[in-house]
Amino acid sequence: MNIVVVGLSHKTAPVEIRERVAFEPDTIAGHLGALCALPAVSEAMIVSTCNRVELYAATPDPQRARTELQQYMARSHGMSADVLYDHLYSYICQEAVRHVLRVTSSLDSMVVGEPQILGQMKTAYGHAYEHKSAGLILNRFMHKAFSVAKRVRTETAIANSAVSVSYAAVELARKIFDSITDKTVMLVGAGEMCELAAKHFVRCGVSKVLVTNRTYSRAEKLAESFGGTAVNFANFCEQLHRVDILLSSTGSPDYVIGAADLRAASRMRRYQPMFLIDIAVPRDIDPAVNKLDSIYLYDVDDLQGIVQANLKEREKEAIKAEQIIAEEVERFHEWLANLSVRPTIVALRKQLEAVRQKELQKTLSNLGTLDDHQRKALDVMSSAIVNKILHHPTRLLKQIDCDEDKLRYLDAVQALFDLSIGDPSEDIENSPEDK
Amino acid sequence: MAPVTLLFAATTSAYLVASLFYLWAMISKREKTGRFGRWLLLLGVVLHAAVFAFRHSMVEGTPVTSLHESLSFFAWCLVLLFLLLDLRFRLSVMGAFAAPLALCLMIFSALSPDVVVPLNPVLRTWLFPVHISFAFLGNAAFALAFGAGVMYLVQDRMLKNKRFNRVYRVLPSIDVLDRVNYTCLSVGFPFMTLGLISGAVWANMAWGSYWSWDPKETWALVTWFLYAGLLHGRLTAGWRGRRAAFFSIVAFMFLLFTFLGVSLFFDGYHTFEAFSMS
Repeated sequence: MNIVVVGLSHKTAPVEIRERVAFEPDTIAGHLGALCALPAVSEAMIVSTCNRVELYAATPDPQRARTELQQYMARSHGMSADVLYDHLYSYICQEAVRHVLRVTSSLDSMVVGEPQILGQMKTAYGHAYEHKSAGLILNRFMHKAFSVAKRVRTETAIANSAVSVSYAAVELARKIFDSITDKTVMLVGAGEMCELAAKHFVRCGVSKVLVTNRTYSRAEKLAESFGGTAVNFANFCEQLHRVDILLSSTGSPDYVIGAADLRAASRMRRYQPMFLIDIAVPRDIDPAVNKLDSIYLYDVDDLQGIVQANLKEREKEAIKAEQIIAEEVERFHEWLANLSVRPTIVALRKQLEAVRQKELQKTLSNLGTLDDHQRKALDVMSSAIVNKILHHPTRLLKQIDCDEDKLRYLDAVQALFDLSIGDPSEDIENSPEDK
Repeated sequence: MAPVTLLFAATTSAYLVASLFYLWAMISKREKTGRFGRWLLLLGVVLHAAVFAFRHSMVEGTPVTSLHESLSFFAWCLVLLFLLLDLRFRLSVMGAFAAPLALCLMIFSALSPDVVVPLNPVLRTWLFPVHISFAFLGNAAFALAFGAGVMYLVQDRMLKNKRFNRVYRVLPSIDVLDRVNYTCLSVGFPFMTLGLISGAVWANMAWGSYWSWDPKETWALVTWFLYAGLLHGRLTAGWRGRRAAFFSIVAFMFLLFTFLGVSLFFDGYHTFEAFSMS
């Protein structure tokens, strides 16, 4: 049994391709059924997010399953193989295991360490579990993947720092204000980045939002979407003393807020700290403002600088994560490789033979003087017992046709006799409850 | 070893281990480790109280006359006040300042000569313990304000210059540092005031004059005015942030001189062991 992955991601395909091959959530059930019906595929799972579309399968014949999955991908979206195959990647066996572990641990994401992918993987697995297209292998595999993702998250600092301008801004605000829940945010102008940052501040619990814009109706509309208040652009500087966090991105060629405005505002608010974020280019706020006591001015480069530094930090952590994954790939693959009939029977025989030999020696030494004939008789009798006991299980294991059942038996035999030729079953739970 | 020496050593060790825990908590950013530091400081403060109880029975009076005892008493006040402050702010970073400072005071205390002499009759009054308790609690509060002030200035630098190194990540928000600074000032100032008043009352009882411009008195008054000015600025003019932090650092320098410099370099009532020598 092996794992096969076929798919494409933001690294191999532009969005025009990705959107064409995406699987709609309500069609996934049907696709899962169709995938499982493919001759070489015994278990299947579909991951479809905006950044990646991937098909996972457990198969006894990886090469063939790979071809079938590639064809299915093209066929199900009515795309010609020539176009699609340029963007498709495929992995089999160990490489496939590594790929899925990397994806789940967010090492393959556009922003390394971003947390959404784990949830998306859990949802995808949830579908497969619900529609019974995931069996023993994929169940075990995905639980492994989730536990590895958790390990990566706790053992490395991969997700500890802000890697978007909005997050960086909120992180900074937390070093200026103890808590931002009772603070007031003001938006000056309406750049996209500005709105995003404001949204993030609101999500983090900022209590009040003021919006101002040269076009008052625009300000009103934006204020409404944040549940805030619109302020007249002509005299918004008079409101500055109420503002703790200011986000500015107007299209103005000159400074919109000068040092004098802020000095006055600062005095009025009794020098409580102010955090100013100037996302506009050319800048909206006089840079001299940063020299004032208790006023902290950041422009777009400063925030980008934080993001870049944090990304570098994440890359360093990603190296540690890769090591964890290499370990886990090894362990999982060992379990998988041994989940076949021959090694199991060999191990089982070896185990029982060891027991027989040990007990035989014990008995022989207890009985004292025996002649060769008697010794031989005991030996023959004990091996006959072992053989008789093993006869039926061995035949059964060799006979079972259905892959699914066979794997279950193999897994059970290995567990019952403690054959320890694979992954210790540390993380078998049979339901995707923690999704 | 005498029980007092043993207790003193145990207290110092408790402060040492607490410092290590707090520093480790700060470096590794684990709040849990800080909790161990807190418990050790609590243990230390109890042991330390026992030290003074012993010394009290040895000299049959308030045992804070030598430099050795003064430094040790300062450390005790500092830890006690920090633990009270910690109830409100829960800042292990402040612990990483207070615990090592207490440890240093204990080490200097251990290094200065420890002479146990029966108390001079002038010191056998209930006003003596009252006076020194107020004075030292004030000192301790101002020391913590100083610590918060220094941290404020450092964090302010980091934020202004946009340097996001380890120090930046370890230090709390400037808002909290400013509040800690303010809280310490507003706790320290009444203590210091009461310390001055109790001293004056005592002087009147002992020598018939409230104020005699003894060097300690003069310097204490200067320091008191500085802190009064700072607190006034904070309350009425809305001083805060960099200016307030800087001011509290300068004022603490004066305080240090008043506490140590004057007693060591000038003659007067407050010279260490002066009472017992005469």
